[in-house]
Amino acid sequence: MRVPDVLADAAVVAKRNIIKIKRVPDLLVFTTLSPIMFVLLFSYVFGGAIDREGGGAAYREFLIAGIFAQTVIFGATVTGAALAEDLKKGILDRFRSLPMAPSAVLTGRTFSDVVNNVIVLVVMGLTGLVVGWRIRSSWLDALAGVGLLLVFAYAISWIMAWIGMLVPSPEVVNNASFVVIFPLTFVANTFVPLDTLPGPLQTFAEWNPVSSVTQAARELFGNIPPGTPAPTAWPLQHPEVYTLLWSAVILLVFVPLANAQYRVSTSR
Amino acid sequence: MDHAIEARGLVKRYKGVTALDGVDLTVPAGTVLGLLGPNGAGKTTIVRVLSTLLRPDGGSARVTGVDVLTRPAAVRRRIGLSGQYAAVDEYLTGYENLDMIGRLYHLGARRSRARARELLAAFRLEDAADRPTRTYSGGMRRRLDLAGALVADPPVIFLDEPTTGLDPRGRTEMWDVIQTLVAGGTTLLLTTQYLEEADVLADEIVVIDQGRIIAQGTADSLKRQVGGERLELTVADAAVLAGVTEVLTPLGVGRPAVDDGRRSFVMPVSGGPEVLAEALRLLGERQVRLEDVGLRRPTLDDVFLALTGRATERDGRPDDGGAR
Ligand SMILES: Nc1ncnc2c1ncn2[C@@H]1O[C@H](COP(=O)(O)OP(=O)(O)OP(=O)(O)O)[C@@H](O)[C@H]1O
Ligand SMILES: [Mg+2]
Repeated sequence: MRVPDVLADAAVVAKRNIIKIKRVPDLLVFTTLSPIMFVLLFSYVFGGAIDREGGGAAYREFLIAGIFAQTVIFGATVTGAALAEDLKKGILDRFRSLPMAPSAVLTGRTFSDVVNNVIVLVVMGLTGLVVGWRIRSSWLDALAGVGLLLVFAYAISWIMAWIGMLVPSPEVVNNASFVVIFPLTFVANTFVPLDTLPGPLQTFAEWNPVSSVTQAARELFGNIPPGTPAPTAWPLQHPEVYTLLWSAVILLVFVPLANAQYRVSTSR
Repeated sequence: MDHAIEARGLVKRYKGVTALDGVDLTVPAGTVLGLLGPNGAGKTTIVRVLSTLLRPDGGSARVTGVDVLTRPAAVRRRIGLSGQYAAVDEYLTGYENLDMIGRLYHLGARRSRARARELLAAFRLEDAADRPTRTYSGGMRRRLDLAGALVADPPVIFLDEPTTGLDPRGRTEMWDVIQTLVAGGTTLLLTTQYLEEADVLADEIVVIDQGRIIAQGTADSLKRQVGGERLELTVADAAVLAGVTEVLTPLGVGRPAVDDGRRSFVMPVSGGPEVLAEALRLLGERQVRLEDVGLRRPTLDDVFLALTGRATERDGRPDDGGAR
């Protein structure tokens, strides 16, 4: 099958998933309300407690990129849970009896989750602006930061697609992925500066790609306060490159793995 | 002549169960094959293998001459499937479901849209067309799923229990749709629990049980295998059954079956209405009060029971499929 056909089929599947965002109340809440809640909670609860120089406002600005990163990564669990849901229902039998590209089912799902993440980022960005976050670089840089967040989240959604195909129910997918995602997004520079972490955790956090994507977004948004010491770890010195490397490796491993698991799980 | 569907020696094993145990099928183009069998016989498994959803452990199959195992993608362009459980997306509307299927058959946007509206009308779903199918009744969902199989007008269609869950009106409508399709030259393989349905729709009937074909032929030839007509009567008072048996047995061509509890008497006969008239005369002389009397030709139900009686008996026992 030719690549344009695969993309066309994936677009049809993605459209189906996007229609669902409107019609499934859970998804709509997940997509719009929880990002607002995250921004508000983290800014005011943590923002007040962990006060860096210059009062809560500076810390709020520091936090935003971390909240963005955490939220879009958590958003990837939608990929896995939705696929597990499809697997339970008969709809995949319908898809599999049609002359569409088999890979379009997973590709379409990951596409629609990018759309989902764009909505999430817009909602969070607006909420951020309300609580005092500002882009202090150029719009172009800020867009690059958003792009990097989307690319990294896209890669993660293929890991979730694989889990969704592997695990028998949407609930299990959610639990399984939270067990992985919580430590990854918290043992990082998302919510606290790395120098506050104890030794071994700090090293882990420095090499954690969640830190690098957060660092990259922070830099590109111009949200690193002047006078902050430069990072010492290589990944954080080159956060864009390191993030893209991780994204590429994840995609190279998990796109084939998820598609193989799709074939196994659907043909029994 | 090339057959629309050909299967040789299909075998499918699950842990402990042999779902298909060497099934051969041939369906000439433009004809309807009815697959009949009790629960667990392997009907759905056959449909899933032929529609490329399931790889068999043995055997081979071709649909419109295309090998199901080596060229599944090409087979999918030539088939339409409506599985046993409606495979529609519950959050999409009926229209969106059909439009999506059209696009995935690569009909293009315009034809997909037109075809979706056309089928919604044909299946009496126009009023519900723009509602999410979550709000549909079971029968509406079933009809939408069937419409999905017809979107691309494929030459071969598989329908797994197409009328299960439909009301009588829905069922006759479905039969009309199916007969129209067949008149247009479509080849159809349908499974059913309704023997009447196979009788009405199928050119050829295959009865399967425990993954094997146990009988095959037209509805008439299957009925002949089970035997001719029967005289059946129900008396008002069970006490007279012994006397009834005594006077009527000479009219029969086989041993009568008498059931005291149901006050019934059933006996194979030959000779049609004359036998019935004679029986009524004899019973009239004796002033036997009858609640019901009639001459019954064997239905496919009789065929079904006669051929798969063992299977119904087996119900409730642990499945012994793996031991075979
Ligand atoms: N995925 C599976 N795993 C294990 N056993 C299976 C599986 N699918 C089917 N079987 C077994 O294979 C046999 C045939 O099943 P199949 O679904 O083809 O029957 P059927 O004739 O369609 O029955 P029904 O009328 O109930 O739909 C049954 O014994 C069933 O338990
Ligand atoms: Mg079945």
